[in-house]
Amino acid sequence: MKAEEHQLRARFRTLTDYAATYLAVLATVIVVAPLVAIFAYLVFKGASSLNLAFFTQIPKPPGEIGGGMSNAIFGSAILLGLASAIGVPVGIGGGIFLAEFGRGTKLANAVRFTADVLNGVPSIVMGIAIYSLVVVPQGHFSALSGGVALGIMMIPTVCRTTEEMLLMVPHAVREAALALGVPNWRSVLSITVKTASPGIITGCMLAFARVAGETAPLLFTALGNQFWSANLNQPIGALPLQIYVYAISPYDDWHRLAWAGALVLIVLIVLAVSLVRYVTSRGVLKGAS
Amino acid sequence: MREIRVSQPQLLPEPGSSDERRSAEAASSEVSPVRAFLMSRGNSATADSGFYWLMVLCALTIFGIVALIAFELVSRSHLAWSKFGLSFFYKSFTDPFSHQPMYWDPVNEHFSALPFVYGTLVSSFLGLLLAVPLALGLAVFLTEMCPHRLRAPLAFITELLAAIPSVIYGLWAVFVLVPLLREHVNPLLIQSLGWTGFFSDDNPTGLGFLASGVILAIMILPIISSLTREVMTAVPYSQREAVLALGATRWETICMGVLRNARIGIVGAIILGLGRALGETMAVTMVIGNTAEIHRSLLSNGSSMASVIANQFTEAVDNVHLSALIEIGLALFIVTIIVNALAQLLVWAVTRGAPARVN
Repeated sequence: MKAEEHQLRARFRTLTDYAATYLAVLATVIVVAPLVAIFAYLVFKGASSLNLAFFTQIPKPPGEIGGGMSNAIFGSAILLGLASAIGVPVGIGGGIFLAEFGRGTKLANAVRFTADVLNGVPSIVMGIAIYSLVVVPQGHFSALSGGVALGIMMIPTVCRTTEEMLLMVPHAVREAALALGVPNWRSVLSITVKTASPGIITGCMLAFARVAGETAPLLFTALGNQFWSANLNQPIGALPLQIYVYAISPYDDWHRLAWAGALVLIVLIVLAVSLVRYVTSRGVLKGAS
Repeated sequence: MREIRVSQPQLLPEPGSSDERRSAEAASSEVSPVRAFLMSRGNSATADSGFYWLMVLCALTIFGIVALIAFELVSRSHLAWSKFGLSFFYKSFTDPFSHQPMYWDPVNEHFSALPFVYGTLVSSFLGLLLAVPLALGLAVFLTEMCPHRLRAPLAFITELLAAIPSVIYGLWAVFVLVPLLREHVNPLLIQSLGWTGFFSDDNPTGLGFLASGVILAIMILPIISSLTREVMTAVPYSQREAVLALGATRWETICMGVLRNARIGIVGAIILGLGRALGETMAVTMVIGNTAEIHRSLLSNGSSMASVIANQFTEAVDNVHLSALIEIGLALFIVTIIVNALAQLLVWAVTRGAPARVN
């Protein structure tokens, strides 16, 4: 009796093992296959709509064929430049504090926790806050407010990645600099940060790629612009914003432009993520030499 | 780190006949360049402390941002809060013409956020329901069962999934997912599960809660999966070895050795995914149908808190409307902060600070 029971149980357990493996593989296939399909469809649809006019012309009125998104690409570049000018220095400064001066202190733990929580706040809420802070006093939508909104979204990400990269710099490097009589601030900036700089730059690139695709905060700060604009005090177009407006419009030609814009955005982001992966896999000190 | 000061070096008196040496030096008043340089350098105390405070200021901006957002949201929603109070979130009015419950009427200044709360909860939980089994299966496969050569490419693909902006997901959903649901999936669901009351056939567009649930599932899947992998690799090998030594099959090792130890972190990962789903704006706005109504059917149109803000914010003409929208934003802010904080605490409890690198 007991031997039979054992045998039955053993078979049941082996069967469960096979079933679990099968289900795990099935889950992976269900996840990966549609993903590859999304990518392939995007590339196919986008590539067939992409032409030189896309990068050189501004949008044509609905009903006319052709046109492009050059104003949106330029607008995105301006907004991202503004965002980086705000987000990168403050973020790196915060990261330096967390790694160099505040390691182990309660303040640093609180800052780290708050930065992680801030990363999860919906971007539309950030947009409302900047609307209330910049747009309402100014009285109009502007590229400046859009840049500020994107900039403060970059700060927590840059801060955390900088901290992680600085933690990887070995103590010996810092101690050597200090032993030679280099002042502390100089040692941090010229020695530690410089050693970790490939990692820090890729962290900034990661935040950049994330913010490049954000639409919601721009909906009511930069507002979007159908025409070419380089003025910081005027509404400005941005690539993801333009994609959104075109995607929900009823015109086929605008849909085509939306697919092309999506392809451009995806290529930019895939490049950034791949570069990040490549540089961080090489290690911190290897990259510096 | 202790502050290291570079101070002036102490000049030791020279040994031997000091009087003649000193008088000779005093007569020439010539100091070697090295000594002159070392004597002229001050200490770096002010530069060090200035740098330190500058870095502290940068770190404190994080708190400043949170305080700023909270202050702006609270002050601008004050108008709606003073007018409607807490009933803003559960009240319903009656349409005088059709005698149906009505929730959002900017013309008559009747505002109730109930349909948006309902829409957010339904689409987020539907997304979670669809995403969690798949994400856990993917994580288990990648961590325990995957051949080593496949691991890096698959992990890279999952990371790319997380990096795609939500507008592009929305674009794909509008042109591929919604027609798919409309033509093939919805009729099947209505036929087979229509008797439950959750799948009615009065919305033939394909938009609605189901579409938004599916696209949310696709979006939160990589987050749950990568965080689950992190907590699973944080479980020490000794646990797996102990269970294997007792004669367990591979699945039993995973179940008893790894998942049981990591279950707190996995719950944290799921809650983090929920937090992301609650705040997701663009993809949901494009497929949820955007009507301020409450229906039991998952195939019906609806609206979520983020989608109503995205749609109506720039169209809001009077101050009460705008203030009501900002109050919805404040509710979203508070809820996502609480959810994210809870999730971070749970994940931290398992990984103890520095997370394991998963590659």
